[in-house]
Amino acid sequence: MGNLACVEAALMAGCRFYAGYPITPSSEIFERSCSRFPQAGGQAIEMEDEIASMAALIGASYAGAKAMTATSGPGFSLMLENISLAYIMEAPCVVVNVQRSGPCTGIPTLVGQGDMLQAKWGSGDIEAIAYCPSSVQEFFDLTIQAFNTAEKFRTPVIVLADQVTGMMWEKLSIPPEEEIEIVNRQLMDPLRKEAPFDFSKDFIPMPIVGGGCRVNTDGLTHDVRGYPSTDHSVSQMMNSHLTGKIRNHAREIWKWEEYLTDDAEVLVVAYGSTARSALAAVKEARSRGIRAALLRLITPWPFPDEVVRKLCDRVDAAVVPEVNFGQMVHMVRANTSCSVVGVNWAPGTPIAPQTILDALEVVSSR
Amino acid sequence: MTQPAFDEPGAEVTTTSHARDGMIRPERFPNIWCPGCGIGIVLAAYIGAMEKSNIPSQKHVCISGIGCTGRAAGYLNLDTFHTTHGRAIPFATGMAVANPELEITVIAGDGDLSTIGGNHLIHAARRNVDINVIMVNNFNYGMTGGQHGATTPLGAKTHTSPYGNAEAPFNLPYLIAAAGASFVSRWTALHIRQMSAAVKRMMEIEGFTFMEVISPCPPTFGEYNAYPEALDMMQYFRSKAVVDHNADLRTVSVSARPEDDLVVGNFVDSRRESYQELLDSLRRRALERRK
Repeated sequence: MGNLACVEAALMAGCRFYAGYPITPSSEIFERSCSRFPQAGGQAIEMEDEIASMAALIGASYAGAKAMTATSGPGFSLMLENISLAYIMEAPCVVVNVQRSGPCTGIPTLVGQGDMLQAKWGSGDIEAIAYCPSSVQEFFDLTIQAFNTAEKFRTPVIVLADQVTGMMWEKLSIPPEEEIEIVNRQLMDPLRKEAPFDFSKDFIPMPIVGGGCRVNTDGLTHDVRGYPSTDHSVSQMMNSHLTGKIRNHAREIWKWEEYLTDDAEVLVVAYGSTARSALAAVKEARSRGIRAALLRLITPWPFPDEVVRKLCDRVDAAVVPEVNFGQMVHMVRANTSCSVVGVNWAPGTPIAPQTILDALEVVSSR
Repeated sequence: MTQPAFDEPGAEVTTTSHARDGMIRPERFPNIWCPGCGIGIVLAAYIGAMEKSNIPSQKHVCISGIGCTGRAAGYLNLDTFHTTHGRAIPFATGMAVANPELEITVIAGDGDLSTIGGNHLIHAARRNVDINVIMVNNFNYGMTGGQHGATTPLGAKTHTSPYGNAEAPFNLPYLIAAAGASFVSRWTALHIRQMSAAVKRMMEIEGFTFMEVISPCPPTFGEYNAYPEALDMMQYFRSKAVVDHNADLRTVSVSARPEDDLVVGNFVDSRRESYQELLDSLRRRALERRK
């Protein structure tokens, strides 16, 4: 099960702190964490809500722990303010969102992909990093990747899974521990001479509490000393650092997968469990003589604009199937001049390959 | 010409440092607080307690929320955090669970801790998580210009209760004691020594400890409620504060009316297993199960 694979991956990545609040379809992550984390010398605690869970993650992160939580749509909304706190405080942590059908309480245990834009723009003016797994294996692999990216970039990283990848059972291969690359954050030297926040550098060592760093870490716009400031040049400098550390390295963060794009005339751009339906549709379209291809976005954020532009600009049309009422389609549309068609189906079930195939047939006959 | 002695006319003592400069960030002063505010007094009491705590200063962490008192942490030369509104306690809970060796103190205001953060406050007390919470209660939201909250006395006037507050306030010692805190006290900004001694006691206790400090807020609360000057409210504390450590907590609500008594004291000091201790035994059980 994807949710269980996620927990094992977190432990292998070195995560030893979990704070959460029950919400389907992510509950298995919380339950298994409560059973597995104490065995590994860690702790999994239940907070009074998702707001508290997210705040606890940042506190634990500053105590030196790799920390995670898991939630779904409505819980994710509650976390957003403190996700932006983790962002401005540069606290590495991982938030797993097993998306369900919305809006609001929606259909709690059925699939949705309605938090794609919320993950980027819901928590203020931030540069987000997110991964979208399409299989149980990838849920495992990307959870480890999410921790590594969080540690390197000192920022919250979101795993945007969905109910299908979360609750689906399929084969999982867990590599031996020595084959897994683990990244750990740089730690600040308590005896440093310079100011704690050198915004000219992309990566700043982290002042973990209890070691004598004596740093003020602030949710307010702050200067190189960590002190609150309303000075516009300070704000410009801090925000350039926060966005720049991700934008300057976007190409190394981007992950995507191409299928039959070399000679394509129509392109499906999909992500998460929907990419599975899309792959089946592309294969069927090919058998019917339509030169279809698939671009699977593994990192919706930062949005791999160059990749999307390059592939979309050489096809006649792009089809973007999503289990929502049109979210990433806007990002695709903004990055190409080709005709972009959204296929939106969000009643709580995955999009059938046939629905995507229908769209491919329509756009390829135009 | 010889300088006059310190107690002679014309004597002038100048200094470029203060005995407690090591505990604060002097470059951040002057602070943002208004004349007559009680928050600085609370900060000094906290510093005094830290000095006497026998805990190395690098193990002390101070975490604040948002608001006037929310600025307290940032003036201290410690590992300090200025978090989101109402969320200092869950932030501290995560930190305290991840590293139980720390001595974590949350200093925040009444609106932050008991209104927007009220849920976290009662749950932290219920868990008995080993952190100290110092709540400066000035009966209103000062930083935003004086609005009513969960501690504003019934009938009190603020900019959002111009005809008198229609809500009854929390009786915080009663609430936090009922929720399960190991230590519950209330003092006023006048009770400097009692306050500092109580904070030191809070640092000794393994468990959730809570102190409410009633503070003057001349410009946004006192002005409209019979205490226009800070001294007016200090005078009220002096004449009406009644120290009663054994008070019946059901009866200790604050009216803030000049004619009513204000009960203060160290009401609860009872040891029970802290959250961290309970989590430790949970972890031992989990490890045994694995064998």
